[in-house]
Amino acid sequence: MTERFRYDNRIAKDFLFITIFWGAVGMLVGLIAALELVIPDLNFAKWISFGRIRPLHTNAVIFAFVGNAFFAGAYYSMQRLLKTRMYSDVLSRIHFWGWQLIILSAAITLPLGMTQGKEYAELEWPIDIAITIVWVVFGINMMGTILKRRERHLYVAIWFYIATWVTVAMLHIFNSLAIPASLFKSYSVYAGVQDALVQWWYGHNAVAFFLTTPFLGLMYYFLPKAANRPVYSYKLSIIHFWSLIFIYIWAGPHHLLYSALPEWAQSLGVVFSVMLIAPSWGGMLNGLLTLRGAWDRVREDPVLKFFVVAVTCYGMATLEGPLLSIKSINAIAHYTDWIVAHVHIGGIGWNGFLTFGMVYWMVPRLFGNKLYSTKLANAHFWLGTLGIIFYAVPLYFAGFFQSLMWQQFTPDGFLVYKNFLDTLLEIKYAYWLRAMGGTIYLVGVFIMVYNVVKTVKAGRLIADEDAEAAALEKLDKEPGGHWHTWIERRPVQMLVWSLVAVAIGGAIEMIPTFLVKSNVPTISSVKPYTPLELQGRDIYVREGCYTCHSQMIRPFRGETERYGEYSKAGEYVYDHPFQWGSKRTGPDLHRVGGKYPDSWHYYHMWDPTTMSPGSLMPAYPALFQDALDTTTTRRKIEAMITLGVPYEKEYGADFPLRANAHLVEQSRKIAANLKGAGVETPIDMEIVALIAYLQRMGTDIKAAPASTTAAK
Amino acid sequence: MLKFIKHHMDTIAGIGIYPVVSFLLFFLIFLGVLLYVRRSRREHITYMAALPLGDGEDANGSNNHAQP
Repeated sequence: MTERFRYDNRIAKDFLFITIFWGAVGMLVGLIAALELVIPDLNFAKWISFGRIRPLHTNAVIFAFVGNAFFAGAYYSMQRLLKTRMYSDVLSRIHFWGWQLIILSAAITLPLGMTQGKEYAELEWPIDIAITIVWVVFGINMMGTILKRRERHLYVAIWFYIATWVTVAMLHIFNSLAIPASLFKSYSVYAGVQDALVQWWYGHNAVAFFLTTPFLGLMYYFLPKAANRPVYSYKLSIIHFWSLIFIYIWAGPHHLLYSALPEWAQSLGVVFSVMLIAPSWGGMLNGLLTLRGAWDRVREDPVLKFFVVAVTCYGMATLEGPLLSIKSINAIAHYTDWIVAHVHIGGIGWNGFLTFGMVYWMVPRLFGNKLYSTKLANAHFWLGTLGIIFYAVPLYFAGFFQSLMWQQFTPDGFLVYKNFLDTLLEIKYAYWLRAMGGTIYLVGVFIMVYNVVKTVKAGRLIADEDAEAAALEKLDKEPGGHWHTWIERRPVQMLVWSLVAVAIGGAIEMIPTFLVKSNVPTISSVKPYTPLELQGRDIYVREGCYTCHSQMIRPFRGETERYGEYSKAGEYVYDHPFQWGSKRTGPDLHRVGGKYPDSWHYYHMWDPTTMSPGSLMPAYPALFQDALDTTTTRRKIEAMITLGVPYEKEYGADFPLRANAHLVEQSRKIAANLKGAGVETPIDMEIVALIAYLQRMGTDIKAAPASTTAAK
Repeated sequence: MLKFIKHHMDTIAGIGIYPVVSFLLFFLIFLGVLLYVRRSRREHITYMAALPLGDGEDANGSNNHAQP
């Protein structure tokens, strides 16, 4: 019996428009951040300094641009693949507005410096909870739609959506576990190495399950649609799906090669990362070969052009990823702009271009007319492509050569580039070119905005599109077939098995590091931070110092010569959250403690160029104007005690009450030191706390190097 | 020299089992999927592949979106 129903196009339209809006905003913020790197004076207010808006940029493009694009495509394709309207219009609305509110709160809190200090998971705990709720709303709506479908079998795109939902839920919850110290300040429940492992298990899989699997789902729907022919090999897509979700989940540790992470976990990450190339390229080839016999149309159709470049960029990024996971290559690329180039091939190439193709495909269909101008769409395509090249190529060069400079020695065995800054100034040209590439790319986006506005104005939204399909009959007898045919008919089981697949992966990766104490050898001289240092550390986190400075010295001669003793896992046991960083635009700071006098830091934070002429670091005058908020000290110490930091053992049971007295005492000492160097400063300024933290960093093992107790 | 490489994780009894379990798990699933794909019926695969094309999205026009 044929049933009549209507597709909800309004929700797809809303998500699509907001995608374009946040995309433009997120990329604009990225461009500002890029310019701040070459013109430090642009960091003129604390709310827009690089360390605060770089997380804003990454969060905006990942969760606002790519996230909304996924929702737009998913709401459009799911209804059609399942031959039904969405399960609930109300849930669709709640999902839409909830997600936008989350983004808005991110856009407010991140510039204010409210951050958990973990990359791509910066948002504070109340927002984390909101994300969980909205994600569950989306999940209910999606599963409800799947359950009331009129198509017995689930197309591969739907599996990708299901796996995305399940895995992102798991990753988000486990990585965001934190103990609040106040409404907008919390500490990760994990510390040091364990925090790093969870963070990069999350961070890598955010790439995998937020930027890749949902977009592969979109690719498997929109590419065949645009090419008007079925996917090259459906069989390959099945293999692609299961191998991809199984392998991806283990690959996280490749972000921590040569770090203090246990060797076996690093090796596990490397092996699975290298294996990833097989399913990734399977998927890429499946996408490109779908166009077999239709390549002539790629010449004329901007949608296909965007898709071809998107899939090609996916192929490039997923070739590069496994290569970068090989330790010897990683040793060169890690901490450099090579990685920045790599992620932008994925971000603006794969995600960006797939989204643009989708926009040009969906808007005329949603508004029942033709695209306003194919010419402008083509112009956008060429500007975008040019932008990608100008963005990425200089950074590849810059990253590679800067890394070589870091490790270059004279014949006598001295570092050629003693001063880190010299290596940075050598590649400043690439930062200019990158900003130029970004500008070109962004101009393309604005052309798209114009084209879309014109198209929309000339048409009318088909808010509810009529459709019809036969009702799904209840099967009296299960038809024969294999387990996969079986699972294609059972979305709930599919969801459960996807969860099992990714959960086992995550568990095997992490359980050993968590349960076996000997995995993190303890160092008896490592002590908790003093209250003042803890407050200083929170300023370090707030200002996003980790976006440019690492705290992880790898065991290479080029690094130990430059920075000092390489970093040990046991040194980070009280670091909630870890602040290893992933990019060195400035030098590593793990052994900066005691390297310079207090006054050096004082002048350097006031104006970096006074101590390092030519420095590209922002100045932090606000630290000299804002008094340290000591009302939070007690609760911060209490939160740390809850997390197992042994303050009570070190200082006595009533320490939270005495913490501020201790803080004032240490501030006086630092002020006295500064006075000795001719600097008069009130003791209650934030700069004092930051100096305390900087001077503490990495000094514990110097106190008693012989007392390192090996793991038993 | 070798001891630095060979005995790295000796402190955790049976740590080697984790990578082995992870690999076996993946390998078995992979074999299962491969087997399924090899044995699946052609009609079913063709039907599945054609799903996005037959969803009647073109209530408002044609599939030809290569507008001049």
